[in-house]
Amino acid sequence: MPESSSPISVVGGVPLRRRTVIEPSKRRFYLNLSGIWEYRELLLFLAWRDLKTRYAQTAIGFAWAIIQPVAMMLLFTLVFSNFAKLPSDGVPYPLFVYVGLLPWGYFARSLDKSSFSMVAESNLISKVYFPRIVVPISAMLVGLIDFAISFLLLLVMMAFYGVMPSWEVLFIPVFLVLTMITSLAVSLWLAALFVRFRDIAAAMPLVTQLWMFATPVVYPASLVPDQWKWLNSLNPMAGVIEGFRWALLKTPPPSLETMGITVALVSALLLLGMSYFNRMERKFADVI
Amino acid sequence: MYMISVTKGAPDSSLSECVNEGAKKLFTLRSSLSTKRLVKEELWPVKDVSFEIRAGEVVGIIGRNGAGKSTLLKVLSRITEPTSGRAEIFGRVGTLLEVGTGFHPELTGRENIYLSGIILGMKKTEIDQKFDEIVEFAGIAKFIDTPVKRYSSGMYVRLAFAVGAHLEPEILIVDEVLAVGDSQFQKKCLDKMKDIGAHGRTVLFVSHNMQAVMRLCDRVIMLDKGRVLHDGPAHEVVKTYLNAGFGASPAREWTDPSSAPGGEVARLRAARVKAEDGRVAEVLDIRRPFTIEMEYEVLTPGYVLAPHFHLVDEEGTLIFITQDLDPEWRRRARPAGHYLSRVEIPGNLLTEGTVFVGCHCITLAPDLVQFAASEAIAFQIVDNHDGDSSRGDYVGTMPGAVRPLLTWRTQLVGSVASESFKVG
Repeated sequence: MPESSSPISVVGGVPLRRRTVIEPSKRRFYLNLSGIWEYRELLLFLAWRDLKTRYAQTAIGFAWAIIQPVAMMLLFTLVFSNFAKLPSDGVPYPLFVYVGLLPWGYFARSLDKSSFSMVAESNLISKVYFPRIVVPISAMLVGLIDFAISFLLLLVMMAFYGVMPSWEVLFIPVFLVLTMITSLAVSLWLAALFVRFRDIAAAMPLVTQLWMFATPVVYPASLVPDQWKWLNSLNPMAGVIEGFRWALLKTPPPSLETMGITVALVSALLLLGMSYFNRMERKFADVI
Repeated sequence: MYMISVTKGAPDSSLSECVNEGAKKLFTLRSSLSTKRLVKEELWPVKDVSFEIRAGEVVGIIGRNGAGKSTLLKVLSRITEPTSGRAEIFGRVGTLLEVGTGFHPELTGRENIYLSGIILGMKKTEIDQKFDEIVEFAGIAKFIDTPVKRYSSGMYVRLAFAVGAHLEPEILIVDEVLAVGDSQFQKKCLDKMKDIGAHGRTVLFVSHNMQAVMRLCDRVIMLDKGRVLHDGPAHEVVKTYLNAGFGASPAREWTDPSSAPGGEVARLRAARVKAEDGRVAEVLDIRRPFTIEMEYEVLTPGYVLAPHFHLVDEEGTLIFITQDLDPEWRRRARPAGHYLSRVEIPGNLLTEGTVFVGCHCITLAPDLVQFAASEAIAFQIVDNHDGDSSRGDYVGTMPGAVRPLLTWRTQLVGSVASESFKVG
């Protein structure tokens, strides 16, 4: 039997079995990175399952991953470009808004999925042990496929509008990772709270909606009045979306100061979120 | 003090898996908010439990519903954390608290074997190796690439159990999962479990099925109200348990819908035994008829339901099953609502002793179990030795699963033949 995952030491020729101590935990700060690593197969399989079953019994399957952002793009172009005449940093508005909708769509979907994931998996949680944190992490990974599919369409659109990216495009993975971390950081808090307070379900759509309009998705960051700029630097998604636009469309880059604040803020939120989640996890099965 | 300890068999090097103190559980809403205020409502499903299990032992855990068995298993399998106390476990733990953990109806049998296996703690390479064995055990090779939602419930359960049975941790924790499938498959499962124990693995086995416990376990721990009441050789503890008729109550209510037995269509609310006069009674006269009733809610309208009772004697033998055949609802889809179904059991049918009643309900076509609360309630049948029961004037032990009062006709049909008289 494979014991590779269990630390096995040998004393006097007798293999010691892995020792687990079960007692009320006293650790205040606990990331459980080794637990996540140990259960990496579970993490990937849960993501694979979601992917496999998400579009089960739909007629057009993954085409939905394109239809959603495209429909939003058309709607926003109509409303904000044609009616409201919003500027778009000199880039065709459909392209401008689509590049914003890509990371935002991924972020919003992951936030939603991950926050609800604990309750969605309540049956598993009350029947078998694993580090609970793999559930929201795997939920966050699933959306990457949709992101990839809608990204392909972006390439087509860029060719259509004759926009050629250059070296800045190498920063895309950085901004994507930042998006993933932001969504995970926020959803860990929400997922842990949601187990106890189902109010989160009612509040989520509203919060996501407000957050989107507080983020420069449909308008350029340059439109934000100076006295509100500080608020934007506290919004990690603002920097991320500016970053995406800069990397793909060569609009003005987010300031280093903004990015510094974003990274620091998101890291702190993530580490504290992981620790909070892990502290709460042992009670999940009782209250879920 | 609660202490589980798994010790290696070799005499020179004994490792112990100890749970010192008590694995205690505290269900209270706001205990942590205030240290000064007295916590008003405390429930300790498991309290001051202490024991030690050696490597390779197969230990049964028995007790009535609510005795703390499930909580104990959940603490030991790390699903919930104890409020206080300590357990030490040496070895990789596998948990089987339900059949089909992690199964997804949209996925095929093959995909579910991997998914469920990994959720239960196997590695992918391990599943690769055991894949054929699992499929063969389940006997569903032909349908391995069919989504399990198209499986019959029998096939589904067989596959689900097959995955669990091939978990090979050093310590296996199993909760009442053998009560699935037909009796032939149950036997196969039991053999598989026995096999696991015989290969030096430690097994903790919770069950209401005393026959299975006796077959499988060398040692049995009996819990009651969260404490260890007996701990010893299997047959002794099981006997004690059965003789005690364990705190069996003639009426039971599930006030909290979230923990009441139930499926999507129906949910059990209450079950009662009532004597002839309509009062809940624990002790019933063997000669008199009585009523067993269950209250349940139909949550999803449009299904034909078959509520039924299982009457089980203290040996764990099923005496009979009786189902709702009220013409009013037979073959008729039911609207949602709160139902009361009752059946009158005639006098002079059951034998003396404790009878456990399991409350069950399935939907018909498709046959889906809605609830299956075994040993939900219990009552005692007594004979007052008045001479007018099936016992007549006999006062000794009278074995047999039922004791009907039947009509005998005896005639004197002639005189004694002279020849046979000589021989006799």
